[in-house]
Amino acid sequence: MIYFAAIIIPLIIAIIVFVGLYENKKVYDLFCDGAKEGIKMTVKMFPTLIGIFLAIGMLRSSGLLDFISNIIGNFLKYVNVPTEIIPLAFIKPISGSASLALATDIIAKYGTETRIGMIAATIMAASETTFYVIAIYMNQIKAKKSRNVIIPAIIADIVSIVTAICIIR
Amino acid sequence: MNYLWPILIIISLFFAIISGNITNLNNSIFNSVSDVVNLSLTLVGNMCLWCGLMAIIKQTKIMSFLMKILRPLLNWLYPDARSNKDAMEAISINTVSNFLGIGNAATPAGLKAMDELQKENPKKDELSNSMIMLIVLNTTSIQLIPTTAIAVRAALGSPMPSNIIVPIWISTLAGTLTGIILTKLLLKEE
Repeated sequence: MIYFAAIIIPLIIAIIVFVGLYENKKVYDLFCDGAKEGIKMTVKMFPTLIGIFLAIGMLRSSGLLDFISNIIGNFLKYVNVPTEIIPLAFIKPISGSASLALATDIIAKYGTETRIGMIAATIMAASETTFYVIAIYMNQIKAKKSRNVIIPAIIADIVSIVTAICIIR
Repeated sequence: MNYLWPILIIISLFFAIISGNITNLNNSIFNSVSDVVNLSLTLVGNMCLWCGLMAIIKQTKIMSFLMKILRPLLNWLYPDARSNKDAMEAISINTVSNFLGIGNAATPAGLKAMDELQKENPKKDELSNSMIMLIVLNTTSIQLIPTTAIAVRAALGSPMPSNIIVPIWISTLAGTLTGIILTKLLLKEE
């Protein structure tokens, strides 16, 4: 399976260039020409990224997130939700790198095959960093009105986290 | 965002003062800024790589092949964009990338799809229906091959790192279906 995961990207790249070659396209010119656009996209994203990372960084380091997740964790432990994963559930929609670090900590501490370790791995993998996606996609077209796109996105996150907690026993 | 952003910053400062985390807070500001620079360097490389590969895909029969397979699904998910060929192409690549767990390829394709959808958007400062569906599906993001989770478990000495796949499938599917249903309902409400 690890082999399979490692081969997928090289394989896709090889298939793409092979088909291009087979159809007699100037593969390298097309590639270089298309790649230019990546620079423009990243430059366009940069200010948004600074803005989000600044606010999220401050929110995390102030201790407010831990404080809130402690309060909620105290309620949820009565319905058989392990308190240890509550901070992860909170950070997941907000920061990709922080949730990867936190999930790795939890799995290392409680073990890869334990209930808590399995739930942490699932929560980490089952969705994307919601706020980040919304911010960069809206920034791309300079949209001002989001028409509540965040509501279905967040509820979907909650459902996927609750599902993880329910199915792993 | 114009309200949420300043509020987050002000509350953070306020809470840091109460809880005595001011030094941490101060450090985080500098760390965040340099984190973004580091992230952008990796990002610009990946964006260029996948934008380049996408340019090849678009000129070959791979594109029409993907469009043919995904058409029924995408027509149902994005009814407003049905006739917008460029947008549908970008959305197809975005969908396949998400499926294969290549987030680095999904982002440039998704952003490109936003540009194409914006061309036919009657209200330029508002997200269109198709854009909302695209964003929600990229936040829930179906994961067929969860590479990172498997790698982390393998690194931490799991005897069966890939045992996590089935729980991840169930959880990601539940999230994605919820996202689709709620988005359809939200768009019908208005």
